[in-house]
Amino acid sequence: MIDHKELYQHYRKLLIEHMERKSEKTLYNGQLFSRQMMENGVSPEDVLSLHIDVIKEFYPHMDEKFQSAFDFLLEAMIGYGLAYREHQNLRYKQRQLESEIDIAADVQQSLLVGEVPHYDFLDIGVISRPAKRMSGDYYHFVKDEQNCLSVAIADVIGKGIPAALCMSMIKYAMDSEPEQRTKPGAVLENLNRVVEQNVDPSMFITMFYGLYNESQHRLYFASAGHEPGFYYSSNKDEFQELIAKGRVLGLDRSTKYREYEKNIDVGDMVILFSDGVTECRTEKGFIERDEIVRLIRQRMHLSSQEIVDGVYKELERLQDFQLRDDFTLIILKREV
Amino acid sequence: MNIAPNRVEIHNEWDIVRARQSGRERAKELGFGHVDQARIATAISELARNIYLYAKHGEIIISVIDGEKRGISIIAEDNGPGIRDLRKAMEDGYTTSGGLGAGLPGVKRLMDDFDIVSEEGQGTKITAKKYLR
Repeated sequence: MIDHKELYQHYRKLLIEHMERKSEKTLYNGQLFSRQMMENGVSPEDVLSLHIDVIKEFYPHMDEKFQSAFDFLLEAMIGYGLAYREHQNLRYKQRQLESEIDIAADVQQSLLVGEVPHYDFLDIGVISRPAKRMSGDYYHFVKDEQNCLSVAIADVIGKGIPAALCMSMIKYAMDSEPEQRTKPGAVLENLNRVVEQNVDPSMFITMFYGLYNESQHRLYFASAGHEPGFYYSSNKDEFQELIAKGRVLGLDRSTKYREYEKNIDVGDMVILFSDGVTECRTEKGFIERDEIVRLIRQRMHLSSQEIVDGVYKELERLQDFQLRDDFTLIILKREV
Repeated sequence: MNIAPNRVEIHNEWDIVRARQSGRERAKELGFGHVDQARIATAISELARNIYLYAKHGEIIISVIDGEKRGISIIAEDNGPGIRDLRKAMEDGYTTSGGLGAGLPGVKRLMDDFDIVSEEGQGTKITAKKYLR
C-alpha cells in the first residue's frame, strides 16, 4: 500500500497541471497514474476520494449541492471498487489454477510421450497434439522380445482435464498388461473390464490395438469402436478402410472383440488416428476422409514422421490454428 | 458519545435505509473518513438486504468498539434458513441471487474483521468490524 499523503500530493500535482495547462500530455499523465494505482491495488473509490479532497482544497466554499453530488458518486463507486477487488482476486486464483494445470499437463506429457521403437523393416511416424492443455488421446508402442510391435491408439470421448484423467487410467491399465500381448482381442477385453469398473458411465473410450508380427509381416488387430484407419496397398496403389468392428470400451463388461488380420507387403502403410483428425472443421464443414487420404498421398515419398508432421501442419492451417479436438496420427510403413 | 448499541429491526426495504443511516452516523461520530463511511454503509446495506431477502426478518446491531483499537461493530442476526455451504457462500463470484450484490465476500472486503456462524434451519449471525486507522 502506498502512503495516503504521498498519493494525495502526487494526484494533486497532476490534477493542477491539467487544470492549468490542459494538454494531451497532462491527460497522458492521468492515464499513467491510473496504471500506477492499479499496480498498487488502489480501488476506484479511493481515487475518487482523492479527487474530491483536492477539489475541496481548491474550492473550500463549494456549493453544498455540488458537494452532495460528489458524495452520491462516491457511494455509487463503492460497488465498482468491490467488483474491482473481486476481479483481482479471481485473476490471482486463475493464475494459480493455470500453474496447477501446467504441472498436470507436464505430468501427463511424461506419461503420454513414450519412446517410438526403431525397426529396420518398419518406418514409424507419430504426432499427438492436445486441443487444450491436456490430451484425451493416447498412443503406445511396445517392442517385445520376438521383435513384434504392439501399437495402441485410444481416444477418450471429450477433451480437456476430464478426458486427460481418464486417459491416465488407460495408460496404467496398459502398463499392467502382461508383456506378451499376443491377442489384440484379449487385450481389449481386459481393458474393457477395467474401464467398465473405473470410469463414469458418461465417458467412453475408443481404442485400436494392433500387433505387428515381423516374421509373418502380418498385422493382427481389434478395435473398440475406434475411428477406422487406412491401409495402403502399394501393389494396387490404393487406400482402403482398415475396418474392424467392436463396441467402445466401458459399455458392457462381457463384450468380446473380434480379431482381424492383414498382410503387409513392402511399401504398404497402416494409418491410424483419433477422431480429432477426421473432425477437423474448416469453413466448408468437416474434413472428408478422402481429403486426409489426399494429404497423405501428396507426401508418400517422405518418411512416416515427415508425412504425419506435414498432414498436421496442413490441417492446423485449414482450421485457423485452432484445434477443436485432440489430434493423434500414426503411420507405419513397411520398408523391407 | 452515545455508547449504547443501536438496534435496527429489518422487515422491509425502508429498514435497510434506516440501518444504513444509523451506521453512517455512528461511523461519522467516530471519525471515519468519507470513503470508509460509504464502505460501512454499503456493508450494512448488504447484510440487511440478505436478511430481508432470505430470512424475511432479523436485526442489525451497530455498536462502538472502545478498546485498544477504536472502531465500529456491526452484527447481523436472523432466525432464517441459514447457509448450507459457508465455504461456497464466502467464495468470490458466488451469489445465490445471481444478482450484482457484493455478497458476503464483498462485506468481508469492506470491513476489517468478519465472522460468521450459521446453522441450517436455525439462522445466521454475522459480525463485521472496522477500525479507525
